Amino acid sequence: MLDGLFDLSRWQVTLGSMDTFWQGFLVTLQVVVAGLALSLALGTVLGVFSTTRSRVLRAVSRVYVEFYQNTPLPVQVIFMYMAGPQILQAVTGAASPVRIAPFVLGFVGVGLYHAAYVSEVIRTGIESVPRGQMEAALSQGFTRVQAYRYIILPQTFKVILPPLCNQALNLVKNTSVLALVAGGDLMYRSNSFVGSYGYLQGYIMACALYFVICFPLAMLVQYLERRAKLRPRAKAIPGIAPDAAEEA
Amino acid sequence: MDLSIFNEANVRFILNGFLLTIEISAMAIFFSVICGTVLALVKQYCRGKLSVLRWLASAYIELFRCTPNLLWILFIYFTVRGDNVFISVLAFTVFTSAVVAEIVRGGLNSIPKSQFEAAQSQGFGFFSSMRLIILPQTFKTIIPALFSQCTTVIKDSSYLASINVAELMFQSRIVIAQSSNLATTLLLYGFVFLLYFALNFGISLAVRAYQRRVVAA
Repeated sequence: MLDGLFDLSRWQVTLGSMDTFWQGFLVTLQVVVAGLALSLALGTVLGVFSTTRSRVLRAVSRVYVEFYQNTPLPVQVIFMYMAGPQILQAVTGAASPVRIAPFVLGFVGVGLYHAAYVSEVIRTGIESVPRGQMEAALSQGFTRVQAYRYIILPQTFKVILPPLCNQALNLVKNTSVLALVAGGDLMYRSNSFVGSYGYLQGYIMACALYFVICFPLAMLVQYLERRAKLRPRAKAIPGIAPDAAEEA
Repeated sequence: MDLSIFNEANVRFILNGFLLTIEISAMAIFFSVICGTVLALVKQYCRGKLSVLRWLASAYIELFRCTPNLLWILFIYFTVRGDNVFISVLAFTVFTSAVVAEIVRGGLNSIPKSQFEAAQSQGFGFFSSMRLIILPQTFKTIIPALFSQCTTVIKDSSYLASINVAELMFQSRIVIAQSSNLATTLLLYGFVFLLYFALNFGISLAVRAYQRRVVAA
């Protein structure tokens, strides 16, 4: 089937149908943004839960993370797609099964799935800064806000930013799960293009468009990983070390 | 509640799918580790005249890191003729090799330079120092990452249902389609989740035990 790859007329047809690809691209982008927001919000809450003293909250976080990390995303999404409407009907008491929009399936699916991974990232970030850092900062005359701003958060972000961006990259790739439930995303549209024309070019176009989103993210991950290994620079901190930069 | 859907034939049908999932994942991981190691070595050590190979390896790794798995499953299903298991293993090997290559490279970077220098000073050539000194240490450090990639492959193998490979998700969807009420549907989904969960959780428990042992040693 590779012989049609250099057929110019096939490329013309493919480029002529760019509208469908762009529509799919747009749906994928929307699902990415909404899914990312959900996973960051829920993941942060769960990550903080897992570092609290409360045993119940820790258990909730643990069970959530283990379930979502150890079961496949496609099965979760198919489950929501097939059984979700009936469950909603039973819960809300509606007359007929409640239809769930593919967009909602997509962003809730990847959002819930990646929240488990984000939660683990946040937990390691919080645990990576020893308690002594806060005590040391306070004893040096930092206010609590200053301590977070200059001591705690910079160290936390250094640890969590590279894996968080990596999760964003994986989330973009995982939105292709929507193709399984006719979600109208890039993967679904390119697959139906290939299905109706039989031209491989549809997959190559999808490949290029996914690459356009993911490659900058991959570069960002590399940059953040390199930067995290560097030693921190001295900063001017108002009221504490105003001339640190000048002395250097 | 009518539980007749959990009869021996149906359960056996689903478990057959589970077996195929395990077979495909195991073969894919095996070949990916081999191809991924080669890719990592090429990207890491091909200098001078061989730089072209290094660029090709980098391009390969970036291409597959930045595109979805499902795309390559459909792509290979469309372009390669062969039986389902062959296509599945091929698709996963092509894709997972790139991921494994990055894991192996991370491991290689964590080996101190002095190990290479010591090997060289003792008269080891490139290949024998890799085989006898560097790679054994590398694999020791990357085993947790490799096994977590293993669970990723097992989970992603459920995408294969979309090209009609009779793995766990495909088989269970057929059985679930026969279910007429919500309760048995939920039970069947619970069973499928449980199978995936038991396998993946077992692997991650083993990895944690290994990590504890390595840290303790």
